[in-house]
Amino acid sequence: MTSTFLGLPVAHAPRGVGNLHGDETFPHAARAALGNAQLRHNLGLATATIRTKRALVVGEVPDWEELRDAGSAIKADVMARLPELLEQLENAVVARGGVVHWARDATEANEIVVNLVQATGAREVVKVKSMVTQEIGLNVALETAGIAAVETDLAELIVQLGHDKPSHILVPAIHRNRSEIREIFMREMEDAPADLSDDPRQLAMAARDHLRRKFLSATVGISGANFAIAETGTLAVVESEGNGRMCLTLPETLITVMGIEKLLPTWRDLEVFLQLLPRSSTGERMNPYTSMWTGVTPGDGPQAFHLVLLDNGRTAALSDDVGRAALHCIRCSACLNVCPIYERTGGNAYGSVYPGPIGAILSPQLTGTEGHGDPNASLPFASTLCGACAPVCPVKIDIPSILVHLRARTVDETRATRRPDAELLAMKAVAWTMRTPLRFARAERLMRIGRVLGFGRGRITALPWPGSAWTTSRDLPVPPKETFREWWLRERGDPSSGDASSGDAA
Amino acid sequence: MRIALFATCLGDAMFPDVNRATTIVLERLGHTVVFPASQTCCGQMHTNTGYLHEAVPLVRHHVETFEDALAQCDAIVAASGSCVGSVRHQHAMVARTGGEVALALRAEVVAAKTYELSELLVDVLGVADVGAYYPHRVTYHPTCHSLRLLQVGEKPLRLLRAVRGLSLIELPAAETCCGFGGTFAVKNSDVSTAMLADKMSNVLSTRAEVCTAGDSSCLMHIGGGLSRLRTGVRTVHLAEILASTEDIA
Repeated sequence: MTSTFLGLPVAHAPRGVGNLHGDETFPHAARAALGNAQLRHNLGLATATIRTKRALVVGEVPDWEELRDAGSAIKADVMARLPELLEQLENAVVARGGVVHWARDATEANEIVVNLVQATGAREVVKVKSMVTQEIGLNVALETAGIAAVETDLAELIVQLGHDKPSHILVPAIHRNRSEIREIFMREMEDAPADLSDDPRQLAMAARDHLRRKFLSATVGISGANFAIAETGTLAVVESEGNGRMCLTLPETLITVMGIEKLLPTWRDLEVFLQLLPRSSTGERMNPYTSMWTGVTPGDGPQAFHLVLLDNGRTAALSDDVGRAALHCIRCSACLNVCPIYERTGGNAYGSVYPGPIGAILSPQLTGTEGHGDPNASLPFASTLCGACAPVCPVKIDIPSILVHLRARTVDETRATRRPDAELLAMKAVAWTMRTPLRFARAERLMRIGRVLGFGRGRITALPWPGSAWTTSRDLPVPPKETFREWWLRERGDPSSGDASSGDAA
Repeated sequence: MRIALFATCLGDAMFPDVNRATTIVLERLGHTVVFPASQTCCGQMHTNTGYLHEAVPLVRHHVETFEDALAQCDAIVAASGSCVGSVRHQHAMVARTGGEVALALRAEVVAAKTYELSELLVDVLGVADVGAYYPHRVTYHPTCHSLRLLQVGEKPLRLLRAVRGLSLIELPAAETCCGFGGTFAVKNSDVSTAMLADKMSNVLSTRAEVCTAGDSSCLMHIGGGLSRLRTGVRTVHLAEILASTEDIA
């Protein structure tokens, strides 16, 4: 890696804390997920529904492409001026009575939050659904310190009660159906009604009653942030259930953790993003609840406000001139819903809280990777480069190009270890062969020996490793008796002559 | 028009019929086809698997070969959406990553003259009816790189609709990837197979005899699955359908 233009050392998210890194490579984790019929069914249904809704509401905005351009340009500007804008944000928040904390990584952020909660004496906190607190594993850190963290978003609550991991950025319990949810509530929610059915309304009402008690007793609320306005020091959270509004307004103390890339320069920039985000994520014209707050308002809402600004590998991502566009992401999850890989494996196969196409380019950049074999190094390869994600991204992140870029980074890391690597050797051999037509033609003749593997049936049904990875589920045609270049030479004589007189069409 | 045929490495080695068919169609329309014999591979597999360093010499070789061809030809054609996609959207990037700025500029010149078959026929040559006859029930899979990288849109369908005897059945969820993805098909064999299973069930739901597309690699994948399950449905490249007439159907 080259050094950053900011002149800062490259520091990645630490291993062993938080949820950015799985234990298994994607192909292994995916294999288990693919065998889960319930998961496949739920995901197919849910992603198809959200895809259709999104397409409908995006289609009715006449200047959608201009909005995307604006979103992309604003985010590029933020990345180019990040240090300056962050200081502007800090000054604005402090001026309005907030306290700003800087966290280098997940460990520091967790320590800061735990200390802040302990200082209030609270033993329980209510949480707004947030990706960043999942990223740093805040709930585990709080639990270790004897503080119960209550997730108040319905789906996040289902995940928490199920001792599960979120599998979608927006719909974390997308892999669960209603009968599974009923079972989880009956087992884990102490105040669940004994006659609870799996009717969605009943389930929601049970959660509502459960959470209402928590909201009214909590003295500390913890949130993430969708946007932070450098100009005014305003934080914004958009949500659908109203639980966020409760967490952000009822407790005495509010602690907000946000990744440093969440900034927007000015108040008027919100206009662009509040149009892009709901339509891209839930397929709604407008999200039901948009909460904004600026520091502390005496006598109204939390009287203590702490903002924790988190790096956790973001500066490292920023130092990569191609990869940094991943930081433009506003966590809408449109790319997940259109991804044919995500639709079949679900989010947990990615090992990180950021799954799908955006996760495949974000997680490895935040954590850094260590060549082939590192689970996060396998993520950029978890794509056919089909390109379905790029046109739905509201901030026009060129995900396929960044996937290729990160694949190259992994290959270069493997190359740098100088250890023998079968794939590297094979790729070098093929490239060497393809450098001249003579070598290629010889290789083609050699390939023809493969015709015997067809046993006269014209198709190859079994190959040894690594070809078995193909032939376990697919036949392969046998190589033809004559390659095209041989046919041309035979029919047309002079290989480079295109004169019609040198041979008939067929 | 004089047209240089970029046969692609897979097309040369494994699917010569597709390149013969491309030649036949273009010659039937009165054009001259040239096969620059020094061509090998565009380097797409290396680029997309992350071996950019190895791809640079392949890009250079491709650019040199087709620069020479362009001295006597007006256009370059390949019967592959993904190989044309690689030439047009990746060659300059690969060269620049390798520090070869001059090569990148030359690659852009070659790329600007390189067309996928349906683009050449419809956009450059201005034909939709190539005089083909193909009396079969056919469904069309619009391969990802043709669809989203090259944005060929309706062009292949316009060509197919003009084929006499052919009945075109719309493929459900046509725009979803078949799961090939080059080395993805072996690196992520299980996910690839799951995607293929869904693509196959959509193909089978059309009751078509033939599934066609503009890319031999995707067809090799879909066809490999259809053959393994003995579905009786064949995969045939778009060029082969367009080359068919009453005489050689």
